[in-house]
Amino acid sequence: MNQLTIAIIFYIFAAVTVLSAAFVVFSKNVIYSAFSLLFTFFGVAALYVFLSADFIAVTQVVVYVGGILVLLLFGVMFTNTIMQTELKADVLHMAPGILVTLLLIGGMLFTFYTTGSWMPGEMQLNGSVVESIGLETMSRYMLPFEMVSIVLLVALIGAAFLARYDKANKK
Amino acid sequence: MSSSPSLNTWSDALSGFSIGWFPLGLVIVAAIPLVFIALYALTYGVYGERKISAFMQDRLGPMEVGFWGILQTLADILKLLQKEDIVPTAADKFLFVVGPGILFVGSFLAFAVLPFGPAFIGADLNVGLFYAVGIVALEVVGILAAGWGSNNKWALYGAVRSVAQIVSYEIPASIALLCAAMLAGTLSMQQITLMQAGPGGFMHWFLFTNPIAWLPFLIYFISSLAETNRAPFDIPEAESELVAGYFTEYSGMKFAVIFLAEYGSMFMVSAIISIAFLGGWTSPLPNIGGLELNTMTSGPVWGAFWIIMKGFFFIFVQMWLRWTLPRLRVDQLMYLCWKVLTPFSLIAFVLTAVWVINH
Repeated sequence: MNQLTIAIIFYIFAAVTVLSAAFVVFSKNVIYSAFSLLFTFFGVAALYVFLSADFIAVTQVVVYVGGILVLLLFGVMFTNTIMQTELKADVLHMAPGILVTLLLIGGMLFTFYTTGSWMPGEMQLNGSVVESIGLETMSRYMLPFEMVSIVLLVALIGAAFLARYDKANKK
Repeated sequence: MSSSPSLNTWSDALSGFSIGWFPLGLVIVAAIPLVFIALYALTYGVYGERKISAFMQDRLGPMEVGFWGILQTLADILKLLQKEDIVPTAADKFLFVVGPGILFVGSFLAFAVLPFGPAFIGADLNVGLFYAVGIVALEVVGILAAGWGSNNKWALYGAVRSVAQIVSYEIPASIALLCAAMLAGTLSMQQITLMQAGPGGFMHWFLFTNPIAWLPFLIYFISSLAETNRAPFDIPEAESELVAGYFTEYSGMKFAVIFLAEYGSMFMVSAIISIAFLGGWTSPLPNIGGLELNTMTSGPVWGAFWIIMKGFFFIFVQMWLRWTLPRLRVDQLMYLCWKVLTPFSLIAFVLTAVWVINH
């Protein structure tokens, strides 16, 4: 594949990501917003692939599409009168909004131009990314990894406790 | 057995081919599995399932159109194509139309990492197995879009049941596949297959080289039935309760697309279980002394033959189960997933880890 093809595919995915994200924000129908998130998440996953981070790309799909988006859709669908609710998608606080946006863009562009260009990572990746990730989480980042798992376990137990069928109250 | 230098030669040659900036070869690589799904769903999927179910119930099945009813599917396709494209007035037009599309794309995307023989694979990712498990998520969203867009209570119930089922059964299925990944030490589909290749044929397959592999194999097979909404886990489309589940309102070509998606994911899970435990495209025949059956039946074309045959075998088992087992109730389904399959898959995971470390 030549550079032009890769550039074209990249811009297609970039456009899908940005346009669907804009649709999520500006849509007045919360169901459409939720379904539009699907394309945003997929576009972001595709952008990860362009950065050679295929493991993160698949994780993005698994966690965001398979977990968060489905949860969101369930939440939206099980809410009563969801179709009647008009979402407020008007533009409020025009001047401060534009100011903050300009400041953010300016700051990012300033950093980009003063540091020269993209910063390449210190270590070159050789071979499979999955193996390096596995080795690093099981050696150098063991403690944070285990802490995250404990946090997730606590969240799980909490959710199960809250959602549990309460016999004492029902009878 | 093919050596690794010739690995992926066909697909690599194809994907390098382009006209100007347009990557025609890549489009062809993607089109090959698509044509395969369509052809197999037409012949083995629809006609085969009708015949197999008929024989299991001591009937003859379609007999009128052509010899032994062999042209019945073509007649059905003509009928489907001519049908009026109905979108219910009360339906959410956009989601109703887009739902089957997302559903089909979700089941088709996994074919990108399925190796059709040593020389052909869509993309030999080093996260291939993980990708194949994760991409099912897209199907879930498609089912929700179809069920919600239909604006029909049965369709919505079917969609919600289906999604709850797929999301739950993903857990034992993933843990079971993780056992295979541990045995292979890689997530790349081609590498997993190569680990099971050898002159002994089936004797090198994970199912037969490892004393515990039958447990994740069984767990993955049961979970894959639930993930593809096949009986005995077809409560999302239980006709006695929900008419037809999330595709109640669909007709004509949209219905055909949903069916194609179901047959696509049936082959997908069958191919994944073949790759993970039964050696993928490797030949089952062993070399016996001077009679080199394995060497004779290996190669790019034989590889494609074996993986498709293994896939078809599991699809046959799926059909067989559909016509022999009664449907589970919703609570039984969840009980089986969370209280039986998940604990056993964790046990299988630990046992496999112990075996891999000590072997």
